[in-house]
Amino acid sequence: MATVLDSKVPSGPLGEKWEKHKFESKLVNPANRRKFSVIVVGTGLAGASAAATLGDMGYKVKAFCFQDSPRRAHSIAAQGGINAAKNYRNDGDSIYRLFYDTIKGGDYRAREANVHRLAQVSVNIIDQCVAQGVPFAREYGGLLDNRSFGGAQVSRTFYARGQTGQQLLLGAYSALARQIHLKNVEMHTRSEMLDLVVVNGKARGIITRDLTTGKVERHAADAVLLCTGGYGNVFFLSTNAQGCNVTATWRAHRKGAFMANPCYTQIHPTCIPVHGEDQSKLTLMSESLRNDGRVWVPKAKGDKRRPEDIPEAERDYFLERKYPAFGNLVPRDIASRNAKEVCDEGRGVGEGQAVYMDFSHAIQRVGENVIRDRYGNLFDMYEKITAENPYKTPMQIYPAVHYTMGGLWVDYNLQSTIPGLFVLGEANFSDHGANRLGASALMQGLADGYFVIPYTLGNYLGGTKLDPVDANAPEFAAAENDVNERVGKLLSVKGNKTPLQFHKELGKIMWNECGMARNKAGLEKALKAIPALREEFWNTVKVSGEAGEFNQQLERAGRVADFLEFGELFAKDALIREESCGGHFREEHQTEEGEAKRDDENFAHVAAYEWTGKSGEQTRHVEQLVFENVKLTQRSYK
Amino acid sequence: MGSIVTNGSPTHGHSKMLNLTLQVWRQKNANTKGRMEEYKLKGVSTDMSFLEMLDMLNEQLIKDGKDPVAFDHDCREGICGMCGAVVNGYAHGPDEATTLCQTHMRSFSDGDTITIEPWRAKAFPVIKDLAVDRTSFDRIIQAGGYVSIGTGGAPDGNAIPIPKESADKAMDAAQCIGCGACVAACPNASAMLFVSAKVSHLANLPQGQVERRERTMNMVRAMDELGFGNCTNHGECEAVCPKEIKMENIALLNREYFKALV
Repeated sequence: MATVLDSKVPSGPLGEKWEKHKFESKLVNPANRRKFSVIVVGTGLAGASAAATLGDMGYKVKAFCFQDSPRRAHSIAAQGGINAAKNYRNDGDSIYRLFYDTIKGGDYRAREANVHRLAQVSVNIIDQCVAQGVPFAREYGGLLDNRSFGGAQVSRTFYARGQTGQQLLLGAYSALARQIHLKNVEMHTRSEMLDLVVVNGKARGIITRDLTTGKVERHAADAVLLCTGGYGNVFFLSTNAQGCNVTATWRAHRKGAFMANPCYTQIHPTCIPVHGEDQSKLTLMSESLRNDGRVWVPKAKGDKRRPEDIPEAERDYFLERKYPAFGNLVPRDIASRNAKEVCDEGRGVGEGQAVYMDFSHAIQRVGENVIRDRYGNLFDMYEKITAENPYKTPMQIYPAVHYTMGGLWVDYNLQSTIPGLFVLGEANFSDHGANRLGASALMQGLADGYFVIPYTLGNYLGGTKLDPVDANAPEFAAAENDVNERVGKLLSVKGNKTPLQFHKELGKIMWNECGMARNKAGLEKALKAIPALREEFWNTVKVSGEAGEFNQQLERAGRVADFLEFGELFAKDALIREESCGGHFREEHQTEEGEAKRDDENFAHVAAYEWTGKSGEQTRHVEQLVFENVKLTQRSYK
Repeated sequence: MGSIVTNGSPTHGHSKMLNLTLQVWRQKNANTKGRMEEYKLKGVSTDMSFLEMLDMLNEQLIKDGKDPVAFDHDCREGICGMCGAVVNGYAHGPDEATTLCQTHMRSFSDGDTITIEPWRAKAFPVIKDLAVDRTSFDRIIQAGGYVSIGTGGAPDGNAIPIPKESADKAMDAAQCIGCGACVAACPNASAMLFVSAKVSHLANLPQGQVERRERTMNMVRAMDELGFGNCTNHGECEAVCPKEIKMENIALLNREYFKALV
């Protein structure tokens, strides 16, 4: 198929592309910037950093978040750290190595040029955050400390105890707060984007619902930035915050933005296992724990002895056994799949869907106080949730949905297939391929917001003829009307099943058929079950309350409705991708040792879907991935 | 902190079912008067979080054709600061150093009556039921809770060594999640613990020195203008803080304020 997707990757050697592109990009002179208005949706790391930076540059920025404060976005929950190629440890790190690790970690399904740029700007991020007063961990000499993360053999992860995401977000939030104070950014909290407005083929605004009053509002601008995070909650149970949703990107998709690689989902290996039907979310235990925690199960099936009663010789440290080079620090997809495998063999612990992560050896080696210093807050959190003390007994962990590598397709400029619509952070598909390495999400969000978009947005605004637009244009009226109709429809069904029930049912389909391992029969089943559930939703959903008030049921209903369309595309993409790569594991495609088996001949491409008017009938487009620098090999962490 | 269980089987196996009576604050919006309403809830697993218990209540209310209880929440892992309610008189409920979302029903007993009310403070008007408007906290930060630098041009991260002790102190204060429990627990509805955490975070770092005086003055002024009360050393704030932010930060804030005045 002839592609309509132009990645706009600059020519020239890999290491020079970004410099060259920055030089060749159009600029908007400082006095003219105030003439341009920019909408930023979402205030996580990507959104807050973008809004603060663009406001500081002089653009007129309007920022939106659905939470009550921009400080609450789910970036805040990231625990372990942020990667940067500083090579402060003198252990062989470099920009090229970070680039290489990320491409390889992503199982060769990411765009080289984007990833290299990410590695380049990673070093600036640390400097920027330190200057803001982010209290990174330090050594006694006063210099920044590092730790190791999965998929790397160098220590390049910077951290702030187990709250790195929180501290980085508070840094970006404080920069944003300053711009709000200076009136460069107009902040709209408790506001949810419910549609994108496209005028003459360009993104020119959004329709929002004020979640406090229910008022539907129009906002016009010269460009729109979606920084709205991932879609992990399509699985219902995930480590995402309750509010995380696909609505902003899905509404943009329905207006012409292509959705790329929706089936690429990261299942994080170390989460607290599921405990019951009424559970609302899963809690992650940071990957950093795998620096000191050893993962094991009993060698024998159905061994119900207590962990301390199982002698060393009868334990299977399966990651260390199978992957001696990386051991417990193999990438997330591999660690997750291996945990599933041993549980499927009947060697799971607890209720059967769990493996141990054991700190007793580390405590013997360095003492309990050192372990408390490194992971104290995580151990406390574990104990609060499970009532078990991980200093005394091994943690029980099991994989859970955590991050989504897929997202709206963007070119090198982070621009979607709709001119003027830019997508940053987890919401886009661009940097992590089929699997993200730990401590790289924070890096990407801040790279996009602080150091990429200021250049590429300027290039768009400086190089595009933009007619004046105002919110009275008929396109705005039509979009507002659509939103009102949709809200009215949700409230008018008055059925007997709550949005939460539908969300749980969808989650079960997704987890069973599109989870850690997928196969043709299961995906075909999902492709029947999801549209059927969607039809049932629109016939029997019960949404209490009214449109013109604070109505959390209505909020959830709208998000579930979009997940019910998105889930179908997810399953479709997983079915068509007849290979295994990273987090996408098709049972039909594995090596004899059970590792993911890629098909580079047929699938070394990005799949991007174009909305054609009906759910499930999107057109699949292909962007061929060109590897000029790395050689595609079977990933090995042995 | 909960009891230590060394049994290898998950505590999930030890879960019990509770029957509860809930007294919940119901208020349609900021302009109407609220009242307590009573609900019975049966079969609440001790493994559930407090918010999952509220989810269960809401599903029951919807099925009964009643309006579900509005409450703010997001991450449900104790870090976003969005959740919070006064439970049996305590902000974030009975467990120490724990947000409401991380409070589990094993902290309650079968047959308990649990009262659930919103944060009550002039600066936090009720939006609906348990959800309150905390934009006043954002305004305080906007008044000066930052280092005034733009993006780009920052020196190398290791250019200024920072003693580990200072970095750790800054981090202790920076852990504040902005939930507002300190205000809800304070008889004066003071925001001193919140303000002092930010002032202390930045005062402990070299990056925060340049604007040290202005930051303190501007944040305290904003706090006063927004209708928060003053601190009279009750210490309720520290007792309820889910992140264990210490009152010594308030002492530091007072020192900083006097230094800024003279």
